[in-house]
Amino acid sequence: MPLLDHLILDHLWIIPLLPLLGSAINGLLGSKWPKKIVNSVALGSTGLSFLVAVEAVREFLQLAPDHTPWVQSYFTWIAAGNFRADFALQIDQLTVVMLMVVTGVGFLIHIYSTGYMAHEGGYYRFFSYLNLFMFFMLILVMAANYSLLFVGWEGVGLCSYLLIGFYFLRKSAADAGKKAFIVNRIGDFGFMLGMFLLFREFGTLDFVTVFQKAGGMPPDALGHLGTLTAACLLLFMGATGKSAQLPLYVWLPDAMEGPTPVSALIHAATMVTAGVYVVARSHVLFTHAPTAMLVVAVVGCATAIFAASIGLVQTDIKKVLAYSTVSQLGYMFLACGVGAFSAGIFHLMTHAFFKALLFLAAGSVIHAMGGEQDMSKMGGLSKKIKWTYLTMLAATLAITGAPLFAGFFSKDAILLAAFQSENGGAATGHTLYAVGLFAALLTSFYMFRLIFLTFFGKQRYDEHHVHVHESPWSMLGPLVILAVLSIFGGWFALPAFWGGPDYFANFLAPVFGGGESAAAEAASHALELPFAGIAVLTALIGFGIAFWLYISRPGKPEELAKSMRGAYTTLLNKYYVDELYAAVIVKPLIWLSTIVLWKFIDVAGIDGTVNGIASTATSVGDTVRHTQSGNTRSYAVWVVIGALVVIAIIFFWPAAAPVSGMVR
Amino acid sequence: MTPQLAIFFVLAMLAVLGAASLIFQKHPIHSALSLIVVMVALAGLYLLMGAEFVAAVQIIVYGGAIMVLFVFVIMLLNAGAEEHTNASKLAGIAGIPLAVALLGFLAVVVARSSEGAQVSVQSGALANTKEISTMLFKEFVYPFELTSFLILVAILGAIVLAQREKS
Amino acid sequence: MVPTNYYLILSAILFGLGVTAFVFKRNVITIFMSIELMLNAVNLAFVAFSQARHQSDGQVFVLFVIVVAAAEAAVGLGIIILTARNRQSLNVERVDLLKL
Repeated sequence: MPLLDHLILDHLWIIPLLPLLGSAINGLLGSKWPKKIVNSVALGSTGLSFLVAVEAVREFLQLAPDHTPWVQSYFTWIAAGNFRADFALQIDQLTVVMLMVVTGVGFLIHIYSTGYMAHEGGYYRFFSYLNLFMFFMLILVMAANYSLLFVGWEGVGLCSYLLIGFYFLRKSAADAGKKAFIVNRIGDFGFMLGMFLLFREFGTLDFVTVFQKAGGMPPDALGHLGTLTAACLLLFMGATGKSAQLPLYVWLPDAMEGPTPVSALIHAATMVTAGVYVVARSHVLFTHAPTAMLVVAVVGCATAIFAASIGLVQTDIKKVLAYSTVSQLGYMFLACGVGAFSAGIFHLMTHAFFKALLFLAAGSVIHAMGGEQDMSKMGGLSKKIKWTYLTMLAATLAITGAPLFAGFFSKDAILLAAFQSENGGAATGHTLYAVGLFAALLTSFYMFRLIFLTFFGKQRYDEHHVHVHESPWSMLGPLVILAVLSIFGGWFALPAFWGGPDYFANFLAPVFGGGESAAAEAASHALELPFAGIAVLTALIGFGIAFWLYISRPGKPEELAKSMRGAYTTLLNKYYVDELYAAVIVKPLIWLSTIVLWKFIDVAGIDGTVNGIASTATSVGDTVRHTQSGNTRSYAVWVVIGALVVIAIIFFWPAAAPVSGMVR
Repeated sequence: MTPQLAIFFVLAMLAVLGAASLIFQKHPIHSALSLIVVMVALAGLYLLMGAEFVAAVQIIVYGGAIMVLFVFVIMLLNAGAEEHTNASKLAGIAGIPLAVALLGFLAVVVARSSEGAQVSVQSGALANTKEISTMLFKEFVYPFELTSFLILVAILGAIVLAQREKS
Repeated sequence: MVPTNYYLILSAILFGLGVTAFVFKRNVITIFMSIELMLNAVNLAFVAFSQARHQSDGQVFVLFVIVVAAAEAAVGLGIIILTARNRQSLNVERVDLLKL
């Protein structure tokens, strides 16, 4: 029916508006309401948003190919000189994926939160913030120009700050919120510069226009810093801040101070993927800037292994997952950096499923343990919290790339693409592949370490103090749904080799361009089975080492830690990066602020000037006072001086001389 | 050296000596007498320039009235020789340089003015008293009336000021 | 013929001497007399210019100056008498009640 065909597509603004309404209602009125009403408002708005998004997707899929991307501009937001930015929302295939992930996983996490936060104070505030986050995230993924995207970008940063510091009475939480926001800001600085460059180059920030124009430009040469390369590098700097890559990842582990649903939603499934989304969205720009692509790939790969190495020795269950997130985001950037954008987005989707599941399940464990987060104080929980254990196991199998689970296909695609990458020479591609593979081994190791420490082995807690109990179904329900997605979600992208029609890459083809050429496809077919085999082997090796260390020889980890004391403490202290930043950046800044800006400029300079003027007036008055000596002869002298001055002026400054002819 | 020039120099020298004497005398009465000498010399100069009315007025009013007034006041107040107080440091320091500066300025101004080189053609009498009176009562009648008013005010002021206290 | 310049120079000298006396003398009457000296010097300049331009304006102005000087002398001396009676001294440096 014609009416229904475009009903939602014409009114895309409904999708972000619903959570905004929910946030406003809960925020303004919720403090007096009972939990049930707050729940219905929050869940209702998010759930409705999800349903509307589903309908929008359905309508979109019916559109003829030449109508995509579908852009709707609702009002002119900025019109200044040559610059125009509209409040314009768009849908294309990439948006569809992001939309489903954000609204779907978001809705599940909202349900989970009703159970998890049931005993916490500030209940209405939590849901208000959470809904506000949904609003900004939806703006971000649906924006049709960089300015509106940046609004969403900043907005999710704000919500992240609010939610990390949710327990604001705890100093560490407040500090973590500040750290997140400030580090994000540094990245945003780069992002803004990138936007300015793009505007200067293309005269607009509309995606459609910019990508059209950029598509027609010749690509920058490798190593040459053209405008496109510079813009891409700057946008990527923003992405490193938002998506926690080197060097701006330091906020993410600290962000674990926030409640666990926050970690799941914001710091696993959605906000941190915004950087990957931006790079993928700007793929036209990036493919024209090989230097930027190389940087993205290298940074992603380096981050992947760096974070994985830190995760090996952490004892806080959430910290392990945090570093795991950083590492997996590195994989996504690696994918984008070698040109496999659809693989990167695919990994984004599967990662959303299993990482959200991991965090939620960890939250369930923490809830069961009465708030304990230290794995060294857990153990032997598998029988006691069965559902939590099973779902978490499913997620672990997904993340380590067990065959047929979701992570298997996505990670495989990335590593294959990295191996085949020619940017910067074939050797670079091979190195990226090797490092990525090693990081996969580490991933497998630390994830199974987590499982073994938490659910197996000796019971390392006191039964009398901790009453282990399974979580309510409001929490377990989403866990189960996400587990199903983690297991079967990968079949979307069943590669041709395995007999499937690679739905995912084909679906995204209109956005990212077609697949490889026939020859390259044939080559990759030939490599796929061996590579898949190597990947599974690596995962098994990781599993084996973890099993040996934590099940067979429980005392071995301690011995190893003692014998490799130096390496162990370095990893445990996160390579001292935070300390390095504090010494190199924070301390000098604080010194600068205190000594230069405060003491020197503000106190001495500005105050000095103002006070100085006052004291100058006083001292001038003090000096001039002496002319009022009461001594007539002095007055006489002053009169004569005055007369002399007047004569001098008349004589030397012809303009002032009323007497003509007298002066030369 | 024409006769006029010689007379000029004599009278000029007289005036300058009188003025110098005014500075260097200790007793005010001597200063007053020196000032009278200056005025007479100036009257002579006016005569030399052919301004006889002004010369006459100078002698009558300045010499005969104002200076007499000064002498009377000196007598009334029993002014004695000057004391040597030095309350004003400024005058002591800046006095001489200022005077020199002033003189220098004026000298420079005069020397550079183009007016001076001219020598007036007629040395004889400017059509004098008649012209002056005509000008006085035609173009300058307003200031003239004002000056009469001024004198009235001065008289009143002097009377009020010099009254004895009504004790 | 005496060049006008000479008269002007003489006027300047007399004026300078008048200023010197004004600054250096301590007796209030003498200071007053120095003012009269300065006025006379100016009169000389007026008459000199009047002669140079063959106009009577200068001389008329001299008359006015003399009248003003007379009025000023009258009132000024009256003030001097009062001040002298008040402060019991003719030394201008003794009149320093306005000192801060």
